[in-house]
Amino acid sequence: MVYRIDPDKDRPYVEEFRRCPIGAHSPGLMRVLTVMRNDPSGHQVILVCRKPFAEWVLGHMPPDRADPIVLEQAPVFTSREAAEWEVFCRRWRALTGESINQPLHD
Amino acid sequence: MLKITGYPDRYSVAPGETIAFKISLEEGDRFDARIVRVVHGDCNPAGPGLKFRHVPSNADGSYLGRAQRIDAGSFMRADTVPPLGTTAFTFFAVIWPTLPARADQTLACQWNPRSNTGWRVGVDAGRLFLAVAGADGTAALVMTDAAMQRRQWYRILVALDPATGRYRIDQQPIRHYAHVVDSALLDGTLAVRPDTSAAPFVLAGCPSADGRMDRHFDGKIDGPMLLAGLHDRSVHDRLLGVPAADDLAGAIIARWDFARLPDTIIAVDIGPSRHHGTLVHLPARGMKGWNWTGEEHDFKRKPEHYGAIHFHHDDLYDAGWDTSVVFTVPVDLPSGPYALHVSAGPSDETATREDYIAFFVRPPRARKPGETRPPLALLAPTAAYMAYANHGEHITARGAELQMGRLLTFGHADLYLYAHPELGGSLYDTHADGSGVCYSSRLRPVLNFSPRYHSWLGGHGSALYQYNADTHLFDWLDHQGIAYDLITDEDLHEQGYDLLAPYRVVMTGTHPEYHSTSMWDAMKAWIDRGGRLMYMGGNGWYWRIAFHSELPGVIELRRAEDGIRTWIAEPGEYYQSFNGEYGGLWRRVGRPPNMMCGVGFIAQGFDISSYYRRAPDADNPRAAWIFAGVADQIIGDFGLIGGGAAGIELDCLSPDLGAPPNMLRLASSEGHSPMMILVNEEFGVVPPNLGGDLNPRVRADLAFGETPSGGALFATSSIAWCGSLSHNGYENNVSRITWNVLQRFLDPAPFPVR
Repeated sequence: MVYRIDPDKDRPYVEEFRRCPIGAHSPGLMRVLTVMRNDPSGHQVILVCRKPFAEWVLGHMPPDRADPIVLEQAPVFTSREAAEWEVFCRRWRALTGESINQPLHD
Repeated sequence: MLKITGYPDRYSVAPGETIAFKISLEEGDRFDARIVRVVHGDCNPAGPGLKFRHVPSNADGSYLGRAQRIDAGSFMRADTVPPLGTTAFTFFAVIWPTLPARADQTLACQWNPRSNTGWRVGVDAGRLFLAVAGADGTAALVMTDAAMQRRQWYRILVALDPATGRYRIDQQPIRHYAHVVDSALLDGTLAVRPDTSAAPFVLAGCPSADGRMDRHFDGKIDGPMLLAGLHDRSVHDRLLGVPAADDLAGAIIARWDFARLPDTIIAVDIGPSRHHGTLVHLPARGMKGWNWTGEEHDFKRKPEHYGAIHFHHDDLYDAGWDTSVVFTVPVDLPSGPYALHVSAGPSDETATREDYIAFFVRPPRARKPGETRPPLALLAPTAAYMAYANHGEHITARGAELQMGRLLTFGHADLYLYAHPELGGSLYDTHADGSGVCYSSRLRPVLNFSPRYHSWLGGHGSALYQYNADTHLFDWLDHQGIAYDLITDEDLHEQGYDLLAPYRVVMTGTHPEYHSTSMWDAMKAWIDRGGRLMYMGGNGWYWRIAFHSELPGVIELRRAEDGIRTWIAEPGEYYQSFNGEYGGLWRRVGRPPNMMCGVGFIAQGFDISSYYRRAPDADNPRAAWIFAGVADQIIGDFGLIGGGAAGIELDCLSPDLGAPPNMLRLASSEGHSPMMILVNEEFGVVPPNLGGDLNPRVRADLAFGETPSGGALFATSSIAWCGSLSHNGYENNVSRITWNVLQRFLDPAPFPVR
């Protein structure tokens, strides 16, 4: 059995990620992210750049390349960090059942 | 999505020569084109921004355009095989299907696509079939009811007697497994006579009415044969025996021995009629066959064990597009990086309607008497560009997000690549059947060989890797006003040492990873004879490659034995088919990168970069000039690639691997993230402290050393180094150190050797 995210024990890493979505992370946050980023279904969330260094949306890459990538129309992100935070929140909810009702920036 | 793309017919062109560009439009029927000098291909607003310099030429103008498509998939064609539908014949082979579940694959056929008639042998959902269609409109399909297993060898036989309609289909596994039913034998009679009108004999593909070759087979075919008459399995046994059955010799129509001439695109027919085949789109050769035992790993030493060719429906050598624009390089055009800028309207959030088709103008091939060239050459790593051509692991390999430590970013070019797998993969990708892509060509659109391309693995920030990362160096040289010649890996492979001989200094790109033996020998000879090498990147001289001796613009790699391997070559398939050399890491053939440039690969990580801390050797009188004007203890804690000068892929000094013992460690990087990880070949037992936060060996060593012939080596040891050059208006310690080294290296005074 691989590690399962514990919403109580792992809650401090939510704040660590919010403060630094891309960068050096603690071993505890690394473990959370490794669990989150491993999807054996083959489905892959991706970040699609609409305007370089200005606009991104999320996309969904299916397991079979014969199927099209599906783009989300909203939200439109103005930074990669904002997109990372959105995906982190979605995955946290999917894995723990809990919502993180906190913006990226205070 | 990308609405316009293309490729040149060469990456390196000399003044006075002509280069042809092949352009495809996804919409509209016209495009504009102009030649530009590429200075800086990074549009990150934190840096200098895009810089292209228009070069007015007769290539400027508006052109008619259209969509051009790619017909991928390898096959063999033998046009001299006579029509086989007139008398009884039998097709034998031993096959290793790698995507047996795919529908409607062709093993062999003589099929007229216009009338949809002829005969065809193939695999559908793992089952061997025979399809026959007559000129009178009748058709029949017979198929076994037992599915072949993936990556298992099967002896197959398909026989047909048109006179009686009798047929036989035999599918027998070489190895049997309990509870697996995968053998079948069918005998029967068809009421259909195949059309005998002329149609080429094709293996692993079938002609289509639109002129394409489709319905390809994925997998290996070993020892295909055509015999006159209706035969059974016992005949195959006798033909496979040694010595072959002489009494059957008279029945042989064709018997292809794929072990012959593996460095060519010729499939040799050892039968009496010599119906040699032509292999299209480079199926993999030097492949072990059904009878490989492991006793010999070199196809040259036991060719009878290497009778297979591996075909893929997604193999591609030459897209074969029509020429859209030609450009004859003026004789006075300076050597350097250029591109054909093509545009077909304004871009927006959903579509990019322009592209930059990159190429390089090399120095003239012959020098005029008295002509002087700059003492500096920039060696563009075009072999590495080809190795990474259309690098698609973000599409084909799940888990890439884990490796990157961030979301995988797709630009319009990546979305286009996803939708067009026929563009072909890089040497990092796998074919649809899971086998590694071991050949990569530049005769196709290469979407990541272009300024403005931002990569999914180029580090946070600008996210550049390979060609576009090298534009950071183009820009710095331009900003500093330094004259140089630009030469390419392909030039070096073809011309050897003589290409380098006139230059005092050679600067590399950020990631010169792939080298042929010819390239390696030339560079080593130049260094040993006094050359001054500025190694401006990381993970250089890592993989050995081969260029094809006849086909232009294609390289081969075998990911053998060790190293960072996104796929792993099969045991027994470590030798390069293009030239018979043992492939894999240069380190594994006794030539580690440390021997060449003083340092060697130690770690990689693609999230963020770090900085160097000055080391005691920086104050050694032998190297103090390198730090003239640099009093800082911390070097490169800034930059466009991951925010630091030490990142992406790192090298370090390793005396035990052949680094010259006189190399000085000027500075070493530190503070790396846990995602900067020690490379595989650096450990035998997997340690728990692989990451840069816990392993002190994970570091880049800024290094310098003199050579006995008065030359010198300088190594930045980091792919991210050049991303820091432009920081603060080019006034920073990375830029200053690079400048100091370049100025001293350009000084003809020999470096002291005692």
